[in-house]
Formats: sequence, structure tokens, C-alpha cells
Amino acid sequence: MKVYLDNGATTQVDEKVVKKMLPYFTEKYGNASSLHSFGQQAKLDLDEARNLFRKKLNADKIIFTSGGSESDNLAIKGIAYKKGKGHIITSKIEHHAVEESCKSLEKQGFQVTYLDVDKEGLVNPKDVEKAIRKDTILVTIIAANNEIGTIQDIEEIGKICKEKNIIFHTDAVQAFTKVPIDMKKMNINLVSISAHKIHGPKGIGALAIYNAEIKRLIDGGPQEFELRAGTENIPGIIGLAEAVKITNDKDVKQMEKLRDKLIEGIFKKIDNVKLNGSRKKRLCNNINLCFKGIEGEAIGAHLDAKGIASSSGSACSSKSLKPSHVLKAIGLSDADANGCLRLTLSKYTTEKEIDYVLDNLEGIIKFLRRISPYGL
Amino acid sequence: MAYNEMYSKELIRRFRNPKNYGEIKNADGIGKVGNKTCGDVMWLFIKVKKDKIEKIKFKTFGCPAAISVSDMVCDLAKGKTINEAKKITNKLIAEKLQGLPKLKYHCSLLGEQALHKAIEDYKKKNGR
Repeated sequence: MKVYLDNGATTQVDEKVVKKMLPYFTEKYGNASSLHSFGQQAKLDLDEARNLFRKKLNADKIIFTSGGSESDNLAIKGIAYKKGKGHIITSKIEHHAVEESCKSLEKQGFQVTYLDVDKEGLVNPKDVEKAIRKDTILVTIIAANNEIGTIQDIEEIGKICKEKNIIFHTDAVQAFTKVPIDMKKMNINLVSISAHKIHGPKGIGALAIYNAEIKRLIDGGPQEFELRAGTENIPGIIGLAEAVKITNDKDVKQMEKLRDKLIEGIFKKIDNVKLNGSRKKRLCNNINLCFKGIEGEAIGAHLDAKGIASSSGSACSSKSLKPSHVLKAIGLSDADANGCLRLTLSKYTTEKEIDYVLDNLEGIIKFLRRISPYGL
Repeated sequence: MAYNEMYSKELIRRFRNPKNYGEIKNADGIGKVGNKTCGDVMWLFIKVKKDKIEKIKFKTFGCPAAISVSDMVCDLAKGKTINEAKKITNKLIAEKLQGLPKLKYHCSLLGEQALHKAIEDYKKKNGR
């Protein structure tokens, strides 16, 4: 049996999405900047997709990008370069695209505050308020964490930012379509999204803008309101739009149900295991567990042998040989952080697959603990 | 990277089915190496009879490479004299495992270090 539980990394593209995209390669292949009928058809469809996102997020502008990382870079550096100098507030559990953008700006003379999170991975909105200075230009906090699935109180943070008149960006790559986002209502100025986490194609994403001005990073033609040069990736944009159109609450509920079944099943069968992140404020498809006394990559490799795809935050599988910064930020020891396993579901995950994982995981954990010096 | 692309057949075989794990009660020498930060900790236990490593077992907290290295170093040292065993290097361990990914080179070093430490421990205990 093959079971894919690494949907936090990427997802299977929905066949409906592929079908919608195909004509844009061979028939409707015009450049949206061209004035002839081919180009105007592309322009029409591009505008329609853009409107869909504007309405969905309640934004005033949608800039299509190559994905989540580019959107994060464009949002953070776009604001910083527009303002020229100043102070940025972020958290210690951001995606690398946000973390590294902030670090890069620090080297260029901007100041950055990295807020602590509590043991569930939650940023306290009061800490955001306290960190705000006279020269603060941007607050950027991830909407739902990619490793531990913790959903932040972005509405409260948005409220604070609005009161203080500070731009608020959120990386919603994992949260989008799983957690409601209304930019006007929640006072969010910039939202990063990506297609391939929601059964869309890779290489396409967007930055939604509401009441904010950014400086573009890619110079060239006047595409995307002169905020991102380059011929639009129309097939990708159509795919992203279709992926969003077919999302529904039923899928979210189903993922939640199976997520809970898997968590409860693991706790029933296996001792000395801890759920990382929040039990309640948690993405519908995320499970992150710490198995005491054993290493995450070893669990992953045994699961892979059984056809089950997972991921781990262990040091040994990272190039830096350091455990995940997110797991460290929620207070895990190095040993515990190295023993973590992430299982992320999708709308395609079935109850049978969950049972199969439950049947196999117990034996793997037992075996690895038997050969571990810290075996329990 | 896929596990089966990253690791050799021999490494995966050993990782899935290690033979030499366990603890030796009243071991003549114990070598403990590694640290929890990088995620690998290796303990080696040896039983020595007439200058020969008669029994050797491991307990390892770590990734597939670390576990396979542990199992391999046990096989390589078993039946060897102390002097012969001291000549086992990380290079030999990696070679016998049909190679290790660059990122996992440190795991082979742990194997060598654990064995040498266990031998040192044995010598100290026996006043040699």
C-alpha cells in the first residue's frame, strides 16, 4: 500500500485542475500583453482569475508570483525597499522564506525583532504590540505553521497593526483554503499563497495586497501593475484559480476527522509520545509528533519501506545538522526535536490509509526504541 | 532526497534488519560517542577474551546511516584482536556499506570513534 502523508511538502494536482490548464498550453497560449485575439483571450482569462482571488481574499490587488517563497520575498523586501529604512517584527517560527528575507534585510541596515512563541507555537498578540517602535514598518507572522500546524490569531494581530498604522503581512501558504482569511475584515495588508499546497501546480503563487504599497523586485515589463515583470504564467494561474474553486468545507472537515483518528490511535497504541503544536488551534491536516528516545529520519525511512511518506525535522536529515528552528522555538530539547515526525493529510487521504499507518507505526517505534540507548 | 537514492542497498538492508543491536551485561569495554544536537548517539559494548573481541553489540539513537554504521562496525570488529580492531577506520566502514552520502560522513566517524573508545575503556579497566 502507498500512503502519501507529506502534503505539507506538496500535494497531488487535482485532475480537474490539470484539465483546466491543458488548453492554455496548446490552444489559448497567447501572451496577455499582445493586442491580437490570442493575447486578448489570455488577458480576459487572467483578469477573471485575478478577480476570483480579489473576492476570495477581499484584497484590492493580486500579484501572481512563482510561489510562496517569492511572495514572501516580494512582501517583506517590497515594503522594506519602499520605506528605505526601519524596524520589522516577525516570529521565531517563520518559514525560511520569511526568516531569510528578514536576515537579508538586517544585513542591509534594517532592524528585526524575532518574537518568541509559547510551547504550542503561538505568538502572543500583546508581544507584537510591545515590540512596536516608532520606526516599525512591518509585522510579518505566519498564519499557520508549516511544521507544527499552529494557527495564529492573525485577526488580533491585524487589529493591533491597524491601530498603530503598521503594515501586516502573513505567510498563508499552509493556511489558505483551510483557515478563513478576509484581508479587509482582519486588517491584513499582504498575504502570500501558493498553488502546490492546495492540489494546484508547482511554480505558481500569489501575493494579495490590501491598502499597501510595495517596490517591485523583478524589473522589466509593466506586468502585474508594474510590481512584477515577466510574461504571466497563464496555465499556472488558471490552475491555481481552479484549485481554489474546488476547495470546500467538506474536505476540511474530513481531513480534521482523519487527523484526529490518527492522533488518538497513536496515543492509544504508543507510549512516550507528545503532540507538538496546539491541539485546538491546529491545521486540519497537520500532525507533528515527538517520539521519545528515537530519531525522526529513522522512523521516516522505516515508514518509507512500508510505502508511507512522512517528513521529519531531525538534524541528521538537514544540511546544517541542526534540529528544526520551529521545534527549538517551542522549547523542545535537541534530542526531542530530533525525534519528531510530521504527517500531513490531504483531501485524498482515506480511513483505510490511516488504519494502515496505525498498523505499522507501533512496530517501527518499538523496534527503534529497542536499539536506542534511550529506549523506553 | 529519496532514502533509496541517498543510501546504498547494503546500508538500507542493514538499517532495516540490524543483527548486532543490544547490550552486553558486564561488558569489558564501553564506548559512548555522539551528541543529541546532531541527532546521533552511539554506544558500543565489547566482551574481550584472550585479546580478541569475542562479542560486540550496539545501541544507537540516530538516522539510518548511524544505525547501519553501528551494525557494520560490530561485524568488522567481531573476532579481531584488539590491535587489529584498532585499525578499523571510518573509511573502511563507509566502504563496506557501499558508500555514504556526504552529509552522513560524520556517522561513519562515530563508528570508528565508538570502537576506539570501547577499546580504550577496556584497556583502562585492565590496566593496559
